[in-house]
Amino acid sequence: MGEFKGVMVFAEQEDGKIHPVSYELLGKGRDIADKLGVELSCVLLGFQMKNEVSELIYHGADKIFLYDHPSLENFDVIRYKQNIVNLVKEEKPEIFLLGATHLGRSLGPRIAAALKTGLTADCIDLKMDEEGNLIQIRPAFSGNILAHIKTKTRPQMSTVRYKVMEKRERDPTRKGEIIMKNLEVIEDSGMKILKKEKAGEVNITEANIIVSGGRGLKKPDDFKILRELADLLGGVVGSSRPLVDEGWIKREHQVGFSGNTVKPKLYVACGISGSPQHLAGMRDSDVIVAINTDPSAPIFKVADYGIIGDLYEVVPKLIDEIRKNKNKVLS
Amino acid sequence: MIPRLALYSFYSSYFKAYETKRNRKWGDIAMIRNSGDTADERLNIIVLLKQVPDIEEVKFDTEKGTLDRSSARAEPNPFDLNALEAGVQIKEKSGGTVTVVSMGPPQAESALRDALARGADRAILLTDKNFGGADTLATSYTLASAIKKLGNFDLIICGEKTVDGDTGQVGPEVAEHLGIPHIAYVSEIKKCEKDGFVIVSQVGEYCYLTELKPIGLITVTKDINQPRLPSLRDKLKARKSEIEIWSADDLTNGAESNKFGIMGSPTSVYKITIPSVEGRRGKIFRGTSDESAKKFVEEFKKVLKV
Repeated sequence: MGEFKGVMVFAEQEDGKIHPVSYELLGKGRDIADKLGVELSCVLLGFQMKNEVSELIYHGADKIFLYDHPSLENFDVIRYKQNIVNLVKEEKPEIFLLGATHLGRSLGPRIAAALKTGLTADCIDLKMDEEGNLIQIRPAFSGNILAHIKTKTRPQMSTVRYKVMEKRERDPTRKGEIIMKNLEVIEDSGMKILKKEKAGEVNITEANIIVSGGRGLKKPDDFKILRELADLLGGVVGSSRPLVDEGWIKREHQVGFSGNTVKPKLYVACGISGSPQHLAGMRDSDVIVAINTDPSAPIFKVADYGIIGDLYEVVPKLIDEIRKNKNKVLS
Repeated sequence: MIPRLALYSFYSSYFKAYETKRNRKWGDIAMIRNSGDTADERLNIIVLLKQVPDIEEVKFDTEKGTLDRSSARAEPNPFDLNALEAGVQIKEKSGGTVTVVSMGPPQAESALRDALARGADRAILLTDKNFGGADTLATSYTLASAIKKLGNFDLIICGEKTVDGDTGQVGPEVAEHLGIPHIAYVSEIKKCEKDGFVIVSQVGEYCYLTELKPIGLITVTKDINQPRLPSLRDKLKARKSEIEIWSADDLTNGAESNKFGIMGSPTSVYKITIPSVEGRRGKIFRGTSDESAKKFVEEFKKVLKV
């Protein structure tokens, strides 16, 4: 294993913009590389990405391997995988990190299987043991337990959850090396993108404030009460799974194990009892507020603030109070 | 130059035969159809399915940090039921077959019976003590070895993840072992024909419409369909159906047995801890809603910055 050295991060881009999870990976990758006394490199695939590359250096990378080609503009799992596998075989990093995004969770397993190495999914923390092995910590069984995982092959690969690691402060004086790589051209990957469009108006995983409704809502129309509060706070509306299954609101609003994992600054759960599946999707929010009539509802166990009461009474009053406060500030 | 994909011999020969057919002129295809040879249009689907504990019921030993599997009923992984439903719908439209493959302990047979009742034609359970303790790499290798042995198929469908492992890695890893393309997080199948598939999938903020050539693999989300419930009659019929049991010996022709199970697993869990629910203020307000709302707003003004 001695021949494997260094930490490598996969930088993800969409529309030529680097995904913020990549900077978070560089933050954690930098810590690990410093602890091991090795280099932090980064691989980026895309088209006309030259302007973005220095950002990766400003956020902690020592070396960037850049594949810049029209065929890499959009994600193609075969083309991305093949070039990264070639690079990893050349560079032999001991640790390889990807974001646990749709893209990372589709690409990572292919790279790992091609390299016949282990991959740990959706890590929320990475540590080192005394021998310099990576300890990968991930939630299992809806977050009821945390598994600490080690990998005996190299590179040790992990996908890391978005919004968990800290990115470093941008330092535009940092210097690094940019290496333009020639790609292995794959004429036909077996896939061809015909069309690409925005998935929906709401991206709940990016929201800073979420006001969510659950079974305490009596009819689909009542989401408008929550929407009013969300609008007032500059947030978006979320939902627990039953209401999505009933067709009351689109799945893009769903928070929970089979929906979206969110980590907003403020999560307001209205009429949500807090099933393990729902908690798995929102328990890492900075501040959790719960409104529920049932004092024994599990949601109160994870809440910072709870109101035992009917959301139909509490939410309108909250709206009033917040309006009053806002006006005070304005006047 | 390195070959486009590391195609396994079974695949390349199958693909070549298929390419030859596809490259025929339109007239030829019409002629084939006229002659009543419709076998070509039938799609053979493989669905991968795992039996999991019902996570709504499952209990944890919080001291030992272990899972008490006896505390919960076992059921087919819910996401895999969407995969199965997608496969059965394709079969109903195009003809062909749906074969369900699972790896697990002998008890996983019940999940496969359930799959047969829901419309699968054939069910194979890979069970062997040597398959035990497998991580995603060993699991995907074992499943891929079985798929190679099965041969003749057009599309593999998996659920996006399992509710117990929650990795979502087995599907893409199977595709890599087989050297075939895959698309993850599929929410719709627009076209499904012998010469290719048109697939709607999500990557980040975008929906992609992608043409996927056979043989391909997709992992599906819950959005793709509503799995049907098996009728009592189908359940009874499935109870008597045969579940084929394959052991490690059945797969070793072409597969390396040291890649199965714990032997073939590079990752291992060395410790389990219980997450601490720490740092929560846990302030609960009771009383009339007016007072609560006021106190409440006072309390987290800092958070709201209003």
